[in-house]
Amino acid sequence: MSSAHVTPGSVPGPKLAAHFASLEVQKHAARLGMWLFLATEILLFAGLFACYAAYRFLFPEAWAACSRELDLTMGTVNTVVLITSSFTAAMAVHYAKVGKNKMVGHMFVLTLLMAVAFLVIKYFEYKHKFEVGTLPGRYYFYEGIQLPGAPLYFTVYFASTALHGLHVVIGMTVLMFSTVRAYRVGDFSANNYTMVELGSMYWHLVDLVWIFLFPMLYLV
Amino acid sequence: MTPSSSIAAPGAVPGHEATDDHGHHPSYLTDGTTVKSWLLTVDHKRIGIMYMAWVLLFFLVGGIFALLIRIELLTPGPTIMDAMTYNRVFTLHGIVMIFLFMIPAIPAIFGNFMLPLMLGAKDVAFPRLNLLSLYVYLAGAGFALWGMLNGGLDTGWTFYTPYSAHTTTSVAPVLFGAFIIGFSSILTGMNFIVTAHTMRAPGITWFKMPLMVWALYATSCIQVLATPVIGLLLLLVTAENLFSLGMFDVARGGDPVLFQHLFWFYSHPAVYIMVLPAFGVMSEVVATFSRKNIFGYRAVAYSSVGIAFVGFFAWGHHMFVSGQSTFNAGVFGVLSMLVGVFTAIKVFNWVGTVYKGAVEFSTPFAYFCGFLFFTVFGGMTGIAVATVSLDVPWHDTYFVVAHFHFIMVGATIMAFLAALHYWFPKMFGKMYHEGWGLVSAALIILGFNATFIPQFLVGNAGMPRRYYEYPERFQALNVASTAGASLLAFGFIIIAIYLTYALVYGERADNPWNSKGYEWLTASPPPTHNFIGPQPTYPEEPHFYVDPNTGKGEVSDV
Ligand code: HEM
Ligand SMILES: [Cu+2]
Repeated sequence: MSSAHVTPGSVPGPKLAAHFASLEVQKHAARLGMWLFLATEILLFAGLFACYAAYRFLFPEAWAACSRELDLTMGTVNTVVLITSSFTAAMAVHYAKVGKNKMVGHMFVLTLLMAVAFLVIKYFEYKHKFEVGTLPGRYYFYEGIQLPGAPLYFTVYFASTALHGLHVVIGMTVLMFSTVRAYRVGDFSANNYTMVELGSMYWHLVDLVWIFLFPMLYLV
Repeated sequence: MTPSSSIAAPGAVPGHEATDDHGHHPSYLTDGTTVKSWLLTVDHKRIGIMYMAWVLLFFLVGGIFALLIRIELLTPGPTIMDAMTYNRVFTLHGIVMIFLFMIPAIPAIFGNFMLPLMLGAKDVAFPRLNLLSLYVYLAGAGFALWGMLNGGLDTGWTFYTPYSAHTTTSVAPVLFGAFIIGFSSILTGMNFIVTAHTMRAPGITWFKMPLMVWALYATSCIQVLATPVIGLLLLLVTAENLFSLGMFDVARGGDPVLFQHLFWFYSHPAVYIMVLPAFGVMSEVVATFSRKNIFGYRAVAYSSVGIAFVGFFAWGHHMFVSGQSTFNAGVFGVLSMLVGVFTAIKVFNWVGTVYKGAVEFSTPFAYFCGFLFFTVFGGMTGIAVATVSLDVPWHDTYFVVAHFHFIMVGATIMAFLAALHYWFPKMFGKMYHEGWGLVSAALIILGFNATFIPQFLVGNAGMPRRYYEYPERFQALNVASTAGASLLAFGFIIIAIYLTYALVYGERADNPWNSKGYEWLTASPPPTHNFIGPQPTYPEEPHFYVDPNTGKGEVSDV
C-alpha cells in the first residue's frame, strides 16, 4: 500500500501506511517480519550444517585432513573483516537514530568496502582451489588427499561458502540502497530509521553465518 | 490509496479518494476495473481472487493428469501410454497437486481474503509482499511447467536421490521451480504471522481470534520453519543433477538416506500445511451451521499449534524401511501417533459443537460431514501405517497412496469446497443454487470413496505404488477406482457450471447463513478497505449465537 500523502514542503519524516493503526505498530510489524525472515535464512544454512555434521561423522579422517588444506590465514583475516564490518553497520544505526545522515552514509561505505575486501580474499581462496584441484564431487583432482569423502568435503565447502557469498552480495545491495538514501535524501532520524536498522540486521546475519562457517570449515 | 483507487474514475475530483466515506462505496470488485488495477493491486481480497483463478487452473491440470493415470491403470498391460510417459504423468500429477494446488489452496485464497477481515484489519501487514508472493508463485510455476513440457520428470514428487541425481529428464528446472514456489509460501506465512501479531482490531484478543486464524497462524509457523530446509535441499539436488557434486549420491560417498531425512523434515510438516487450514475452515463452518459457538475453543486453538509442533518430530515414519534402527522407528512411530491425539481433540470438539446444535444441512455442512469421515478414517489408517510392523508390508503399496489421499486430499478438498461455498456470498455477494450444491457434494463424496477405498484393498493385497503394469488379479479393484475417479470428475464439472452461473446470474446475497463470524461484520462483497466508517467493535467472541429458548449466548471457553 502506498504511503500517506506528504504535503509539499513539509519535513520528510516517517510515513504511515494507510492500513496500520500507528507508527509504533508499523515499526513493530517491520521488525517482526525481519526477525522471521532472518529465522528462515538461518534454517536455510541449518540444512547445510546438518549435511556437514552427517558427513563429518561418516568420514572423520577425510574431514580432518581436508580442513587442514584450507588457508587459515585468509579465513581468519576474513573473519576479522566481517566482524569489523558488522560493527560499522551497527554504528550506522546509531547515527541514524540521532539523525546524522552523513555519518550513516560513511559507516555504510566502510561496511561495503570491507564486504568487497571479503569477496576479494574469497576469490583468491577459490582460485587456489581451482588450481590445485580441491573441488567438489567429480571435479576433484587433488593428489595430496586421497581419502574417501574428501571430494564430499569440498562439495560442502563450496556449497556453504558460495551460498554465504551470495548472501554477502545481497546484503551489499541492501546496504547500498540505504547509503544512497542517507546521502541523497537524508531523512533518517530518531523516528525514521527502520530501513537502516533492518539493513544492518541483515548484515549481522551474514556475519553470524560466517562465524559458524569459519570454525566448522577451517578450525575443527 | 491503493493503485486501484488512484486510477481515478472519470470525473473524480483530483485528490479525492474514491473510497472515502462519501455515501457511495464501491466493493473491492468494482473499485477499479482495468486489467492493471487487478494485476498491480495490493488489496488482499483481489490478491486472493487472483490466486483463486490460478490455483483452480492448476487443479484442473493436476486433475487431468490424475484421470490419465486412472485410465492407464484400467487394464493390466499398457492402455494409452508407454511406461516412461506413465512415470512422467504421475510425477507431474504429484508435483502440480502438492506444490501448485494443495499448499497454496486454502491459505493463499481464503486465508488472504478472510484473515484481515477476521482480525478487523484493513489489509495484511505487508500488502506489497503479498502481491509479490503471487508473482513469485507464478514464476515458480512457470519454471516447473516449462521443465515438464521440455522432457518432463520421472522421479516422482519426492525426488529421491540417487535416481534424481542421474536421470536425464528435466529435473533441474522443475526443482528450481519448486524452490521458488517455496519462497512464495514463506512470504505468505510471514505476512500472516506478522498480521496476527500486529493488526488485530481493538477488542480482538488472542483468544477471541476466529479459529480459522489460529489454524492459519499455526500453518504459517510451519511454512516459515520448514520451507527453508527443503529450499536448500532442492538447490542441492539441482546442483547435483547438473554438476554431479556427490552430495546425496552413493557412488561419490554421499548418503541418499540423508536426503530422505531432510526431505521428510519438510514434507511431513508440509502435509499439515495442507490439512491445518482445512481444519480451520471446518471450525468456522461447523459453528455457523450448528448455530453454536465452537465447543472447546481453546482446545481447538491449542491443538493446531500442537500439531504444528509435533509435526516436526514425526518425519522418520517415512523411513521405517530405509535401515533405521528399531529404536528410532519405535520413537518416530509414537511421535506420529501424538499427531493423531491432537487431531482427535479437534474431532471431538467438532462433534461436540454439532451435538444439540440447530443444524442447518446446507452444502458447506455436507462437506463437513464428508470431511469428518475422511479425517477419521484417514487418520486411523495413519495410526496403522505409523505402526512399524504394519508399515513394513504396506510401505510403497497402494495402501499408503490411499491413506494419504484420504487424509490429505480428502480432508483438504472437502474443506476447500466447503470454504468455496461458505464464503462464495462473502466474496462475490451472490448466491448459488443450493440444490445443485448438495447434489454435487454427494457425487464428490461418493466418488472419492469409490476411488480410494479400492486402493486400500488393492494395496493391502500387495499392489505396489508407481507401477505401470500389474497382475490380472488386481484389475477389478483398479476398474472400480477408475470408475470412482470419473464420478469425482463429474462432480467437479457440475460445481464449475453452477458456480460460474451464480457468478453472473446469482441472486444478491449478503450473509445468507446469518453467520456470526467476524468476517461477516462488513458488507458482501467488502469495500476496498474492508470497513466503511468507524472500525467495528468486537465485544463478543466470533460465533456467539444466542439460544432462542434460553435467550443466553454460549461462551466458548470450556
Ligand atoms: C493429518 C494429516 C495427514 C496427512 C495430510 C498425511 C499425509 C501423508 C502423505 C502425503 C503420505 C505419503 C507420502 C509419500 O510417500 O508420498 C503419508 C504417509 C504416511 N503417513 Fe500420513 N498423513 C497424515 C496423518 C498421519 C498420521 C496421523 C499418521 C500417524 C499416526 C501418519 C502416518 C503416516 C505414515 C507412517 C506414512 C508412511 C507410509 C509409508 O510410506 O509406508 N499420517 N501421509
Ligand atoms: Cu509423514
